Amino acid sequence: MNNHSFLWTGDLIFGILNSNIKKTERRLTLADCLEWLNLMKKYDAIIIGAGHNGLTNAAYLAKAGLDVLVLEKNGYIGGATVSRELYPNWKYSNCSYVCSLLRPEIIRDLELPRHGLQVVPYGGGVTFKENGDYLGAHADHERMLRELARHSKRDASAYERYEADVMKQTRLIRPFLMRTPPDPTSLKPRDLKELSVLAKSFGSMGEEALADTMRFWTMSIGDFLDEYFETDVIKAHLAGSGIIGTALGVYSPGTAYVLLHHYMGDVDGSVGAWGFARGGMGAVSAALSASFQSFGGTIQCDAEVAQIIVKNGKAKGVALANGDELYADIVVSNLDPKRTFLKIMDEGDLPADVVKKAKNFKIRGSSGKLNIALDGLPTFTGLPKDSPLCLGEKHFSDSLPKMERAYDEWKDGTWSKDPYVDMLIPTQIDPTMAPPGKHMMSVFVQYAPPKIHGGDWTAEDKAGFEKTVIDQISNYSPDFKDLILHCETRTPQDIENEVGLTEGNIFMGELTFDQLLFNRPFPGYAQYRGPVKGMYMCSSGTHPGGGVMAAPGANAAREILMDLKLTNTVPGGYDDD
Amino acid sequence: MIDLNKNYDVIVVGGGHNGLICATYLAKSGRKVLVIEANQSLGGASATSEFSDQFSVSSCAHWLFQLNPDVASDMGLNKQGLELAARDLNTIALAEDGNHLIIDGDNLEGAGISDEDRVAFVAFNKQILKFAKLLSGAFNRRAPKLVEGNLTDRITLAKLGLGMKMLGKDDMSDLMRLALINIYDVMEENFDNELLKAAISLDSLLGSHMGPRSPNTVYGYFYRRMGDIYGFSGPAVVKGGMGAVGEAMAKAARASGVDIEAGTAVSKINIDIDRATGVTLADGRVVDAGFVVSNADPKTTFNKLVGLTNIETGIARRVKAVRMKGDAAKLHIALDSLPTFAGLSEQQMGQRLLIAPTMNYIEKAFNHSKYGEYSAAPAMDISIPTIHDTSLAPEGKHVMSVIVQFAPYELEGGWNDENKEVFKQLVIDRIADYAPDLKDKIVASELLTPADLEERFHIHGGHWHHGEISLDQILTMRPFPGASQYGTSVDGLFLCGAGTHPGGGVMGLAGHNAAKEIIKRGKSA
Repeated sequence: MNNHSFLWTGDLIFGILNSNIKKTERRLTLADCLEWLNLMKKYDAIIIGAGHNGLTNAAYLAKAGLDVLVLEKNGYIGGATVSRELYPNWKYSNCSYVCSLLRPEIIRDLELPRHGLQVVPYGGGVTFKENGDYLGAHADHERMLRELARHSKRDASAYERYEADVMKQTRLIRPFLMRTPPDPTSLKPRDLKELSVLAKSFGSMGEEALADTMRFWTMSIGDFLDEYFETDVIKAHLAGSGIIGTALGVYSPGTAYVLLHHYMGDVDGSVGAWGFARGGMGAVSAALSASFQSFGGTIQCDAEVAQIIVKNGKAKGVALANGDELYADIVVSNLDPKRTFLKIMDEGDLPADVVKKAKNFKIRGSSGKLNIALDGLPTFTGLPKDSPLCLGEKHFSDSLPKMERAYDEWKDGTWSKDPYVDMLIPTQIDPTMAPPGKHMMSVFVQYAPPKIHGGDWTAEDKAGFEKTVIDQISNYSPDFKDLILHCETRTPQDIENEVGLTEGNIFMGELTFDQLLFNRPFPGYAQYRGPVKGMYMCSSGTHPGGGVMAAPGANAAREILMDLKLTNTVPGGYDDD
Repeated sequence: MIDLNKNYDVIVVGGGHNGLICATYLAKSGRKVLVIEANQSLGGASATSEFSDQFSVSSCAHWLFQLNPDVASDMGLNKQGLELAARDLNTIALAEDGNHLIIDGDNLEGAGISDEDRVAFVAFNKQILKFAKLLSGAFNRRAPKLVEGNLTDRITLAKLGLGMKMLGKDDMSDLMRLALINIYDVMEENFDNELLKAAISLDSLLGSHMGPRSPNTVYGYFYRRMGDIYGFSGPAVVKGGMGAVGEAMAKAARASGVDIEAGTAVSKINIDIDRATGVTLADGRVVDAGFVVSNADPKTTFNKLVGLTNIETGIARRVKAVRMKGDAAKLHIALDSLPTFAGLSEQQMGQRLLIAPTMNYIEKAFNHSKYGEYSAAPAMDISIPTIHDTSLAPEGKHVMSVIVQFAPYELEGGWNDENKEVFKQLVIDRIADYAPDLKDKIVASELLTPADLEERFHIHGGHWHHGEISLDQILTMRPFPGASQYGTSVDGLFLCGAGTHPGGGVMGLAGHNAAKEIIKRGKSA
């Protein structure tokens, strides 16, 4: 600024402040001026929501040299990727609880291990059968085949074919996770080019393989598994990944695709493996936050955004719930599409079709969670205490019809009385989550609806839900109940209230094809740009969807940098399979 | 009659409507064609049967609402005596309190329907028909191969692609979303009236194993509304029952020179290494032909007629994976006189009546079928054809034909006379909720479960469409990848039934498309 403009600005400010003096009736101080100047400060970009995608987006923008501010309503960062000490000396990964989908490109590029992230893979799992038997899922391939053969030799031999077929589908979509979806309705060169990339990838498969892919994407996981296996418990064990987090049942078309969302991650290159972040999932957010701050970024907590300020069709900044205003020409919302367009934006600032589409966006919660502090390790009858299977995930639904009935109850507006659970005790591998000898248990439950018969969850409902889950686990572990020191029960309503995920849907929008790829969050707005200039979306409500992937945040950053005509800092997909 | 001295070029196994249509087109192209049908009457599941002394009913399909007009005119069905007793009927979604919803084309009456819903309905119909029209461009042609297609296929794809782009950005975006979503969510987004939402939902899944919340159901709705594109603004009642359609088609076929042998079953399609050579009949006679076209469903064709041991494992696995477990039962009632439906005039009773008060009702009925159970509160599509066609019953008496959803093909424990009777009474009770004097008027009744339909019409699973019309079993995947253009891996063996593109219903395009494909391939096939 030259002298002229400085003086002019000073005059202006002084003038404004003086006009305010009549209201405040107190003398103007230098501190007031500095505070005013601070508030007038303009950031290059403001990110709303310090969930993992917001932090990723912020990190890449900061890496490109932008002055970035992240605003978070809670007193802690991470959104649903958090570790919280909700019981003295116990850390809970109280929302997301395992790690696999976090893009390796981003882990390497943002140097997350240097910033403290360590993901330890866990191997295997088990589905307990009602009759006392179980199906063990071993990480070791040969051992797995032997265990399958114990139930059915035919299924053991079908398993390799099954794995190969699923892997084929996984390989197909992995390269597209770190790419912006094309807009099929547009004739822009970029979209046409991207469409031809998609077409080429599918075209190179051959007609039958392409048809099989189309079948896979439109089938139900139940029907898909029926084509390979005959044993109930084997199908039930594999089907869980098709319905976790969805508002669908194992026989609902489209669930075979959801399976991919649980297979397409990796831990240190081992595709399909899952692991625990040491210190809980909060370690992921902490590492992302550290990376962001290493590029000069700022995070402000306890700063709930009430409104995105729009003037003349352009984003200008945000207004906080406490009245403060912060300015930037780029405002990126990491909130879900319903919250973004229906809560923190004015209907008058938006095109009518966006408001309608946001209202129709499906984000119904279907999952609940129990986070339990245990006084020791529970015993599971039928499984020896030192079995390697104890280290992995545990399930207690041994047939597809059982899982489907659990879904029927969700449709009926209540929680499943015989739910599908995905239960883990990470402290067996990561002792930092609890005091020595004690344990932390994470129980993910399908299904629990956002409302009970149309009304809010009552305390009785929640207690009933908690009891259902604890009773189910107790059926297989006689000493479990006595070991419970503390239990945090979360319904979709709790998840919404705490994390801000509308209706408690953990994927921030259902993973059905009418809301995926170029339809996510809605057709016409699937390239991270909002309907207002300077306003962007970077949450899991955009491609490629939910799960702790960080890809939406990164892809959105790429688009923003492109619009700013700055050098891209975001890596592309690795294609290193 | 089979003329064993004729050297037939083509044998069509099965005289269902698609088989008769296929045969007619092939005969018109100069080929010598023989159709062999196991039942005495022709038309397959488009049939009329006398289920009680002097009372006849359409024993499977009971409305005509999507017959392709080009096929009908090519076959000259009007000349062959096909007559409609009523057409463009309304759909009336029944309410227990008598305040029914009447759907007459674009118009909605009754049930306290709001103006918002009326306006929304017009807009909804307009958009759906736009999409159905686009889709119809791909229906009367073979399903295009996406990657390995030849010029014909590329043209179809280009037509579809261009058609989509011509919809404009908004409609195209909507289509991309709608094609993949479920009807329940679409209904919730567009309408308030429960009867309206339920009626449209039921339309999207009649004959299928799906509920309103199942993804794929909107495609089913497009399929159903194809009738509007073909000139029907509501269902039609065929004079003489649906069997008259089969009869008219058989006459048309014979008039084109097709030989038809009815009442004779084919026990085997003969294969010599990898080439079809003809058929063996149940009585042992062998009839040779260079081409065998099966009107039977894919599972019956490959499992029974060809034999799984005669095809390679990959194909056998694909056939096994085709989903075709029927979920629709038929209830036929002979009535001494017309029952009274609260709130309906006699003329209204002749329309298409639906019992489906809400979408959740339909969903709950569907839930049971997933576990091999029938529902005590099924959804229904009811026809009383005798109001328009007095030939089906003695004077003053009536028949009622009911499609019952859902009744599983494989009931847990199996269907037997006892549980059929129990289920039948439950269904009758449910209708009686709307027509309290129904039971007093019943002269006779019969319930056909999907298992019965299988036996009667030789359709595996008793599935109307010879295979679910779901997104993973359409176009290049119907009946399975590798057999989606009517030919199979066996030279000279073709499929022409509802199990092929575009699908089932009394539409006639599967037979038409198959014939065109065979003619196209000429001697090289």
